[in-house]
Amino acid sequence: MRAAATNTPLLEVEDLQVHFYTRAGVVQGARGVSFQVGYGETLGIVGESGSGKSVSVQAVMGLIHTPGRIEGGDIRYKGRSLLDAAGRNYVRRVRGKEISMIFQDPMTSLNPVFTVGTQITEVLRHHLGMDRAAARRRAVELLDLVEINAPTKRLKQYPHELSGGMRQRVMIAIGLACEPELLIADEPTTALDVTIQAQILELLADLQRRLRLSVILITHDLGVVAELCHRVAVMYAGRIVEVGAADTLFADPIHPYTQGLLNATPRLDAVSERMVSIDGVPPDLIDPPRGCAFSPRCAHARKGCAQRQALTPLSDGRHVCCWCAVNDHITGATPQ
Amino acid sequence: MTQSIQLETALTDRRHEWLAKLRELGRELWRDKAGLIGVVLMTALVLMALVAPWIAPHDPAEQDLTARLRPPVWYEKGTWDHVFGTDHLGRDVLSRAIHGARVSLLVGLLVVVLAGGFGVVMGLMAGYLGGRMDAFVMRWIDTQVAFPGLLLALIILAVIGPSLTTVVVVLSLNGWMVYGRMTRGAVLAVRQTPYVEAAEIVGCRWPRIIFRHILPNLTSPLLTLAILEFARIVLAEAALSFLGLGIQPPATSWGLDVAVGKNYMFMAWWLVTIPGTAIAITVLAINLVASWMRLISDPQEREKQFARHMTRRLRSKVGQRRKLSAGQEAIK
Amino acid sequence: MTPTEPTPPLVQVEDLSVYFDAGRAGFWGQERLKVHAVEGVNLEIRAGETLGLVGESGSGKSTTGRAILRRVPVSSGRIWFRGKEITHAGREEIRGLSRHMQLVFQDPYASLNPRLKIIDIVAEPLIVHGLVKNLHEAAAPVARLLARVGLPADAGARYPHAFSGGQRQRIGIARALALKPEFIVADEPVSALDVSIRAQVVNLLQDLQAEYDLAYLFIAHDLAVVRHISHRIAIMYAGKIVEIAGRDQIYDAPVHPYTEALLSAVPVPDPPVQRARRRIAYSGEAPDPLHPPVGCRFQSRCPLVSQQCREKTPPLAERQSGQWAACWNR
Ligand SMILES: Nc1ncnc2c1ncn2[C@@H]1O[C@H](COP(=O)(O)OP(=O)(O)O)[C@@H](O)[C@H]1O
Ligand SMILES: Nc1ncnc2c1ncn2[C@@H]1O[C@H](COP(=O)(O)OP(=O)(O)O)[C@@H](O)[C@H]1O
Ligand code: SF4
Ligand SMILES: [Mg+2]
Ligand SMILES: [Mg+2]
Repeated sequence: MRAAATNTPLLEVEDLQVHFYTRAGVVQGARGVSFQVGYGETLGIVGESGSGKSVSVQAVMGLIHTPGRIEGGDIRYKGRSLLDAAGRNYVRRVRGKEISMIFQDPMTSLNPVFTVGTQITEVLRHHLGMDRAAARRRAVELLDLVEINAPTKRLKQYPHELSGGMRQRVMIAIGLACEPELLIADEPTTALDVTIQAQILELLADLQRRLRLSVILITHDLGVVAELCHRVAVMYAGRIVEVGAADTLFADPIHPYTQGLLNATPRLDAVSERMVSIDGVPPDLIDPPRGCAFSPRCAHARKGCAQRQALTPLSDGRHVCCWCAVNDHITGATPQ
Repeated sequence: MTQSIQLETALTDRRHEWLAKLRELGRELWRDKAGLIGVVLMTALVLMALVAPWIAPHDPAEQDLTARLRPPVWYEKGTWDHVFGTDHLGRDVLSRAIHGARVSLLVGLLVVVLAGGFGVVMGLMAGYLGGRMDAFVMRWIDTQVAFPGLLLALIILAVIGPSLTTVVVVLSLNGWMVYGRMTRGAVLAVRQTPYVEAAEIVGCRWPRIIFRHILPNLTSPLLTLAILEFARIVLAEAALSFLGLGIQPPATSWGLDVAVGKNYMFMAWWLVTIPGTAIAITVLAINLVASWMRLISDPQEREKQFARHMTRRLRSKVGQRRKLSAGQEAIK
Repeated sequence: MTPTEPTPPLVQVEDLSVYFDAGRAGFWGQERLKVHAVEGVNLEIRAGETLGLVGESGSGKSTTGRAILRRVPVSSGRIWFRGKEITHAGREEIRGLSRHMQLVFQDPYASLNPRLKIIDIVAEPLIVHGLVKNLHEAAAPVARLLARVGLPADAGARYPHAFSGGQRQRIGIARALALKPEFIVADEPVSALDVSIRAQVVNLLQDLQAEYDLAYLFIAHDLAVVRHISHRIAIMYAGKIVEIAGRDQIYDAPVHPYTEALLSAVPVPDPPVQRARRRIAYSGEAPDPLHPPVGCRFQSRCPLVSQQCREKTPPLAERQSGQWAACWNR
């Protein structure tokens, strides 16, 4: 992927390091995260809670606050760094406009004392300088876009009068208000019931296609990723361990953690006698293992795993951060 | 069986954890200067009260009519024998101030224990048992809060006569309602938590739930409240004694001394000022301790505090590095 | 339920309804509001069996479980445990029942008292029921329990904050097992856990079931996990059971339109398969629990809705052996 560097991707994150200074010690939230998002592409980031998914995208949005600090790496949006002084200014300008974000819990991101209409028009007037009437017209359009029926009526409602799914739609409408190029969705359906989740995912997929959005979708549910992502990045303990096209990654996972995760996810279309689990627990990010963070839980761990592993490109366009798996993959051996 | 032996040994050697926690607390106290001053002052006051008879230069009740209204030592007429001078009966002001701490702190402590104990028990029962018990306790509190406290104090004092015991009783009767209300509110919140439900499902009866599962989780807010109340009680005791309704001579109390001293305000300003300052310092120290307690009993606030400290340190480190590199460049 | 059946089911629930008081409405407060949390629920659970209970949040799953544990007042209907009616059990009788039925909580963080050591938490049931006199006597059984749920030997001496979510859930399970119950209500026990940990806990629950012949009411919203652990599955919608059947019957041939929608909504972690799946997404709002509609509760979202659905509540009727569903048009 790096080879075709002539046309720069929309977003590049390179070796991002984020530390949190807590009383218990320095938590290494991101320990060298690298990924790219192309134009019109949906990148899924999967991983267990605490693996650094939110931290990585918060860094992109310039939302890392004390006790957190970006300690290294670079983030480039359309080729320009967002981490130098000019970049930080730039982020402040484009945040919510060119790059927008929706969160897991729509209730906490919506202000309970204002109507839905006020909150949408506020964004439009602030970022795009629309007048009241134009903003209102656009708000109706937006609610229509996210398939909320009777939009004029909804504009007058308060967030608590809406159901969870409806609120998330409103959040998406606000996220799309300024026609962003990049939409970051941090576990947008985790708080919702499956049937509602299905509707929201369908909506997101449809919007992505129609508006040619670039999307980063964060989730811990592999099923959700399978549904809408072109490419998938799997995170573990503050690092990306495998990234590649969704179809290849799901069909032939290479990193032992990806394999474990796929095996451990029960499937609705198959019954097995015993669920496959990954023994052990994720490492402590205050004092993570020096080499591969997954090695204490990995069935294939060898001596070499104690060395620092790097994301290695494979011939099928995938990048994997596992020394053994890469070796085996190249030599054609299959891990037992 | 080795399992259970391992468990028992693990249970017994966890003491070092306590030490580590204490050390951590000490470090945080060191960083929070206001809290540190409060704790130091408070400790000094308590120590002073405990060893008063041994450190006070004179017996506080000892009169010396030949040495009446002596000024403090820094005046021409002052002597080192009476560092803060003497009052109208020739008693040593410093000794009286030192002994006065005993009464103030004793009354404060007794009232906090009595009023706190009663209020917390009532609040626990009202909050956990609910229903009629709740209605009864809450109406009682409402009624008593509506009734002027000073009037109640006057009535009781008129009936049984002023003494240390009466002061304690009056202030306790007057002060338990805050604890009751706060405990009830906290209980209502804590009893919704799943671990309380778990205790019920496992078959615990209500006293066990209240005292083992609910009360321990109320300690930090209650402790903060008790300390603030302590400050209020010290003031209230001084006020009652000032009005002649509290501690009676020959016993010593700061409030009493201020009352006597006010008659000589223009001739001997130190008679009001010394006990008055003692009251002010005590109340200030208690309040400093209370705000520090409130801070450390809130884990989020504690984390924030720590983060602020860390970023300050990091920033200064970055600054130093910048200066260093700038210096190197200059050399080149 | 037929008279020829030799032993009664372990748990039997008949026409259970639970309404919660929700204050009053109207200018003069003339209308008494009540949340229709559970209405007309029938189910039975046999010894050693797992009944999965699935439905969206607010559909009354937890309330059903808590009603069986006699933790919420029953508005109408009857509940039996081991053939004995417990609908109107008094305080002490409920306490006695706690030796036979227990609850495993969803939230592994909030369900353990942060100020107690693990040994105190797990020994508590033994102590309050007088099975051991003090902590010293409890050390041996607690160590056995902790080992059984897969915790390290010194776990008892530590406080909850020292454990991860999965380990805390194991502690909660050890506490529930302490009294050797026959029946456990597991209220979304793995919903808060990560995928890699979830399987560990589900396997533990299954092993314990085999070992102690436990019966579970396994509440969940994750259909894939439920399919894995349950023998039979009940689907709840807005306080009512709309379908109940053996697990393969439900997944292979769902009858109720809601069951169908639910199943089709779960994404499969396999892109080509997922793309090929047909999703049945129904629009429309879920009914207001304060004012449920007359007739079928699913009518506002159902594609098959007819006049009859709006007038009469469909009864839960047997469609195939062991498969019951409540729908007029299926
Ligand atoms: N504000 C914070 N303070 C301390 N630690 C944090 C903070 N935010 C995140 N972390 C830590 O960073 C790591 C990654 O967190 P996050 O990116 O939120 O994980 P997730 O993958 O679940 O989104 C976690 O170990 C978390 O404890
Ligand atoms: N203690 C209670 N008081 C009032 N309403 C309640 C109470 N517990 C539950 N409810 C209501 O009952 C309905 C069912 O809740 P619940 O059984 O918790 O659903 P589920 O577990 O399926 O998410 C919801 O509408 C909920 O708001
Ligand atoms: S009874 Fe009618 S409304 Fe209800 S599910 Fe069946 S067809 Fe739909
Ligand atoms: Mg997150
Ligand atoms: Mg529930």
